[in-house]
Amino acid sequence: MTVQREGYAPGIGYDDRAPDRVEGLVPRALDWLRRNFFGSLGNSALTLAVLGLLFLVLPPLLRWVVTDATISGATKAACEGEGACWTFIRMRLPLFFYGHYPPEETWRVVLTGLLLAAFSVPVLRDSTRRRGFWVLMLLTVFPALATLLLVGGVLGLPYVDTTKWGGLMLDVLVAFVVVAGSLPLGILLALGRRSELMIVKTISICFIEFWRAVPLLAVLIISALMIPLFLPDGVHIDRLIRALVALVLFNGAYMAETVRGGLQGVPMGQEEAAYSVGLRWWQVQAFVVLPQALRHVMPGIVNNVVDLFKDTTLVTIIGLFDVLGAINQALKDPAWLGFAREGYVFTMVMFFVCCFAMSSYARRMERRLNRHKTGRK
Amino acid sequence: MIRRPSRRAYLGQWLLLLAVAAGGWIIVGNVGENLARKNLHFGFGFLEQESHFDIPFHLISWTVFNTYARALLVSLLNTVLVSVLAIVTATLLGLLVGIMRLSVNWLVRNIALAYIEFVRNTPQLVQIIFWYVGVLQALPSPRQSIALPGGILLNIRGLYIPDAVMDPDLDWLSWLALACLAATPFVWRLRIGGERIGRKALLLPVLALAFFAAGVDHLTYPELKGFNLAGGTQVPPELVALWMGISIYASAFIAEIVRGSIEAIPRGQHEAALAIGLHSWQRLGLVILPQALRIMVPQMTSQYLNIIKSSSLGAAIAYPELFAIFTGTVLNQAGKEIETISIVVAIFLTLNLLTSLTMNWYNRRVALVER
Repeated sequence: MTVQREGYAPGIGYDDRAPDRVEGLVPRALDWLRRNFFGSLGNSALTLAVLGLLFLVLPPLLRWVVTDATISGATKAACEGEGACWTFIRMRLPLFFYGHYPPEETWRVVLTGLLLAAFSVPVLRDSTRRRGFWVLMLLTVFPALATLLLVGGVLGLPYVDTTKWGGLMLDVLVAFVVVAGSLPLGILLALGRRSELMIVKTISICFIEFWRAVPLLAVLIISALMIPLFLPDGVHIDRLIRALVALVLFNGAYMAETVRGGLQGVPMGQEEAAYSVGLRWWQVQAFVVLPQALRHVMPGIVNNVVDLFKDTTLVTIIGLFDVLGAINQALKDPAWLGFAREGYVFTMVMFFVCCFAMSSYARRMERRLNRHKTGRK
Repeated sequence: MIRRPSRRAYLGQWLLLLAVAAGGWIIVGNVGENLARKNLHFGFGFLEQESHFDIPFHLISWTVFNTYARALLVSLLNTVLVSVLAIVTATLLGLLVGIMRLSVNWLVRNIALAYIEFVRNTPQLVQIIFWYVGVLQALPSPRQSIALPGGILLNIRGLYIPDAVMDPDLDWLSWLALACLAATPFVWRLRIGGERIGRKALLLPVLALAFFAAGVDHLTYPELKGFNLAGGTQVPPELVALWMGISIYASAFIAEIVRGSIEAIPRGQHEAALAIGLHSWQRLGLVILPQALRIMVPQMTSQYLNIIKSSSLGAAIAYPELFAIFTGTVLNQAGKEIETISIVVAIFLTLNLLTSLTMNWYNRRVALVER
C-alpha cells in the first residue's frame, strides 16, 4: 500500500484515486486533501509552489477585473481607477452585437437569434423523436424566416443593406450559413471520396486536399480579389456572399473528412444487407449508411462548428465588419483611446462562452454514444 | 444500356468531369476577358522588377532596390522562421501542459484544464491581436525598458537580445561549427566495428558550440543611446506576438493529444515499469512517453500543418510574412492578383506537402513493427 501512495500521476501511474476505506465526512475530506495535495514530499512542495504562484497572479488580476474596475458613467472621464474600464464596453455594446444595424430595428436581430435558438433546441435535445425533420426545418424554414427578418423590404419592414450588418451577429450568421452549406457539400465529397468510380474519387480527393492545405486567409483573399475576375463582365456579387461561398467550399473539405470518419465506422454488413433487399445506391446511402454515420460523427461536426465559429473573426482582414472589426473600430475612436485590453478580453470571453458551451455539448454527446462500449454511465 | 445502374454511374462520372472541365474553361475565359479589358497581361515577369518598398524585418539582406523575387524569398524565410519557432515552443509547452493534466496534484491538474479550455475556445486571431495590441504595445518606451536577466531588454519596440559579433578573420570557425552540427545525425547512425556510435555523437554539437564561441570577437549588449537603443539584436514585437499567439493556441491542442496518447498506453506498461522499480520520472521518460510518441505522431502532423497555416495570421498585425508582403504590398503595387495569389497558394501547398512527407517518414520509423 505504501508504494501506491507515493505520488505519481494517475494515468502516469495506476489509479490510486479510488476512495480508501475511510469512514466519516471529515476523515474522508482529509484523505482527499492528502491524496490530491500532499501525497508525497514532492507533491506537497508542488502544491505550495503553485499556491504561491496563484497568490502572485490572481489578486492583481481580480483587482483589474472587479475591484478597481469601472462600469458606470458614460464617458472616458468615468474611468479614473487603475482597473479595467468596462464603461467602454457597456457604451459600445450595440456596436459589438449588431454592427451598424439601425438601432430602432435591432429587435429583428434579437428575434432572429431567438428563432435560431427555438429551431436548434429540438435538433440538439436528447429525446427528440424526429430529429431529421427538425434538422430539415432548421436548414430550410429558419433561413427563409431569418432572411425575411434581417433583410426586410417586405411586410412593412424597412430594408437594411448587408453593408450595415456587423458585430457578433455577423459572426453567427456567417457560421450558420457556412455550416448549412458545407454539411451537404461535405457529405457529397465524403461519399465521392469513398466511391469506386475513379474520376469521382480523384476529383473529390483533389478538392478536399487542396482546401485543407491552404490557410483560411488565402481562401478569404481569393474570395475578395480573385472571384471578381472569374465572373463575366457586368456581374457583381456582394462581398459578403463571395466570402460565404469561399468559406462553404473551404469548410466543406473539413466537413467531408469528419463525415468520412463516420462512414468508415459503419460495418460493411449494413451496406450489403441494404443492397440485398433491393435498394439502389442512393437509397442505401440515404436510408441506411448516412443515418448511422452521421449519428456517430455528430460530436465531430459540433467541434467543426466551434472551429468555424472561432475562425469567422478572420473576415475582419478582408474588411467585413464582424465583432473583431467592431472592436478595432471602437478602439480607434478618439473619445475612447487606450482600452484595447478591455475590448479584446471582452471578445475572448464572449467567444469562450459560446464555444465552451458547444464543445461541452459535443463531449457529452460523445460520452453518450460510447456508453454501450465502455459500460460507463 | 442506360438502364443498368453500373453503366449509368460510369456515364455519370464522365459527365461530372465534363462539367468540371467546362466550369474551368468558362472561368479561364472570363479571366482572359477581364484582364484584356483592364489592359493587363498574365505573366510572372514582374518578379524581376525592383520593388521600392521596405521590409522592416528580414533574415537576409534587403534593400528597396531588390526585386520582387527577392521579396518573395525574404517573406518566405519570415514565414518559415515563425513556423519553426512556434512548432518548437508549442510542442514543449503542449508536452508540459499535457503531463500536468495527468498529475495527481489537484491544483496542477485543474490549472492545466482551465488553460486548455480557455485557449481552445477563444479565436486564435483575437489572441494574437491581444498579445500584440493589449500587451506588447502597452510596454514602456525604450527609455524605461524592462531589464530581463542576461542583458535582455523589453520595450514597446520589441525584445532586444545581446548579439555576438564574429571575428571576420576567424570566419571559417563558424562554418566548421555548422558542419559539426549538420554531421551529428549521420555520425549518430555510423557504425564502428558493428557498434553504433549513438550517444557519443552528442560530443559534436558541444564541439560546434566551442568552435562558435572561439570565433566570437565580442558581445554587444543593447544599451540606451539618446532616444533609441544601440547594439544587440532587435526581435520585433510583431514576431514575438505572432510567435506567442500561435504557440499558446497550438499548445492547448497538443496538450490534449499528449494526454490522449498517454492514457491510451495499456495499464500493464505502468505496472511493469513500477514492478522493476523505476522512479516516476523514469517511468514517464523511459516507458510511457516513447510509446505514447507513436500514437501522437499522426495527430501532431496535422497540428504542425495548422501552425504553418496560421502563420498567415501575421498579416493582421503587420508581421512581414508571405501574405502581408505578397498578397498585400506586392499585389497593391504590381496589381497582379492571379499571379501573386497563385504563388502564395503554391508555396503553402508545397510547405504542407513537405511537412506531411517528413512526418510520415518519421511515423514509419517510429511505428511499431508487428512481427
